[in-house]
Amino acid sequence: MDIPLNSSAKSNMDTKENFEKAKKAGISPLPQKNEGNKTNINMTDGVLIPTKKNKHLISSWRITFFGAILLLVCLCAFVTRTNSQGVTTHPYWEIFKFTIKGAPVTFECTIFAIVGAVLIGTLTGLGSVTKNRLINGICGVYVELIRGIPLLVQLLFLYFAVGSIFHMEGIIAAIIALSICFGAYMGEIIRAGIQAIPKGQIEAAKALGLSKSQVFFNITLPQTVKIVLPAIGNEFISMLKDSSLVSVLALSDILKRGREYISRTFLSLQTYLVVALIYLIFTLVLSRLVGLMEERLHRHG
Amino acid sequence: MAKIEIEHLYKDYIKNDGSILHAVKDASLTVKDGDVVVIIGPSGSGKSTLLRTVNGLEKAQAGHIYIDDVDVVNPKTDIRKIREEVGMVFQSFNLFPHISVLNNITLAPTKVLKMKKGEAEELAMSLLKRVGLEDKAKERPSNLSGGQQQRVAIARALAMKPKAMLFDEPTSALDPEMIKEVLDVMIELAEEGMTMLLVTHEMGFARAAAKKVIFMDAGEIIETGTPQDMFTHPQSPRTQDFLNHIL
Ligand SMILES: Nc1ncnc2c1ncn2[C@@H]1O[C@H](COP(=O)(O)OP(=O)(O)OP(=O)(O)O)[C@@H](O)[C@H]1O
Ligand SMILES: [Mg+2]
Repeated sequence: MDIPLNSSAKSNMDTKENFEKAKKAGISPLPQKNEGNKTNINMTDGVLIPTKKNKHLISSWRITFFGAILLLVCLCAFVTRTNSQGVTTHPYWEIFKFTIKGAPVTFECTIFAIVGAVLIGTLTGLGSVTKNRLINGICGVYVELIRGIPLLVQLLFLYFAVGSIFHMEGIIAAIIALSICFGAYMGEIIRAGIQAIPKGQIEAAKALGLSKSQVFFNITLPQTVKIVLPAIGNEFISMLKDSSLVSVLALSDILKRGREYISRTFLSLQTYLVVALIYLIFTLVLSRLVGLMEERLHRHG
Repeated sequence: MAKIEIEHLYKDYIKNDGSILHAVKDASLTVKDGDVVVIIGPSGSGKSTLLRTVNGLEKAQAGHIYIDDVDVVNPKTDIRKIREEVGMVFQSFNLFPHISVLNNITLAPTKVLKMKKGEAEELAMSLLKRVGLEDKAKERPSNLSGGQQQRVAIARALAMKPKAMLFDEPTSALDPEMIKEVLDVMIELAEEGMTMLLVTHEMGFARAAAKKVIFMDAGEIIETGTPQDMFTHPQSPRTQDFLNHIL
């Protein structure tokens, strides 16, 4: 495959440019012009995906991952507090037990929203590569709109818009809002994936007498899936993190449960520390899984 | 087998600056049933464009291309039917990298001709044997050398049992030591009586197999003759000039 599948191009640091999201999969959303010998630093706001090829990344992944686990375990096990009645408790363990109950909600929301985003993204991606100008235009406007508005603002707006028009449960509104936001980036990823299939292959298939749909289902689709899978994995991780934004309003997820706990106990610092560690551990596990998937895809051509 | 007749064919492209490029101008040629015709000419002279109009990968603006009396240029013609009957081999092989060599060959017969899987695989194996690659059936195309990939591409086209074949510079992307293995397959095909229209600058092949050589320049057919005549005493100064450059 001609395009770099991931981390090789992305052992690099952060910018806040959200529209660069397609790039964080290593898929350039736009054909990259080679401007002289200007060094091209590919910036992303996503997590770094460690694969075997990247020794430096994988060792920093290990340090962070095991560091986070160790810290969490130590906090839960060894920090104790004795209250006025002389009862000894493990406050971090209490916090952990309470907040982790939000994990199923976080995952439920993220999984449904990623499915929604892939559906929207597939339509948008196909819509941007068809020859129909009107459909191109609609998809283009959607993508530009989403790129130009901060994620938190979009999510809050969509959440209230969707929620007030259709009067639905908070979690459903949140899932729809996340799907619409991430669908635009997904659309760019899928468009880049489709366009990464060499034109010659499409011509060869046509020259054999295959119809347009036969070419799509036998040549374009299976290869695009392989190209975009790691990128979709990345989006999943981003979404897991960003789902915490809507959760503040709608869901009883990890962050929301943390906030509830704080309102009862006033242990802000301790609770946010645990919440941060939980998110970090989840994210690191997932990024490693995406890395492994990528390695597998590479090996199987 | 089949006959290809091209009559007064025109193909224009609109360039990025809006001006019109006449890629093929008033081209006429005939490939008789079982004949091999070679097109030569400088880069950008319209050879590929001419070839690609024959199976409708490019749409001609005017003129006719008859394949056994069916006009490809006529919008009513079912272009997929034509493509089933006319195979094409590309300079860059264009194998499908995500499926095995065997499946590259069986794809079109099973999907287009609705052939049974077992039957298609049998056919594919016999074609692989013919191009000397039966041991590569399970490999992915990327594990094959360029010459092997091109032989698979030929087998893939032959699996549709075409009545004519188009080749666009089939050996120019190959390392010199691999050119012969591909040309051998093509010569064998020509000897079996396949109707072939090719773009190639392999003069040895043209001498060995071609009935006619056509010289194109700037979208026009300048000169047509037997390989003998064309390579030893070309008439047009443009042909002479071109041959001096490449021979
Ligand atoms: N899709 C296209 N759009 C615009 N112009 C094109 C297109 N395809 C080809 N051309 C132009 O048409 C002319 C003929 O191109 P063509 O590829 O047929 O030449 P060729 O003889 O095959 O050259 P080569 O030996 O380099 O393959 C060239 O000037 C080329 O730039
Ligand atoms: Mg050409």
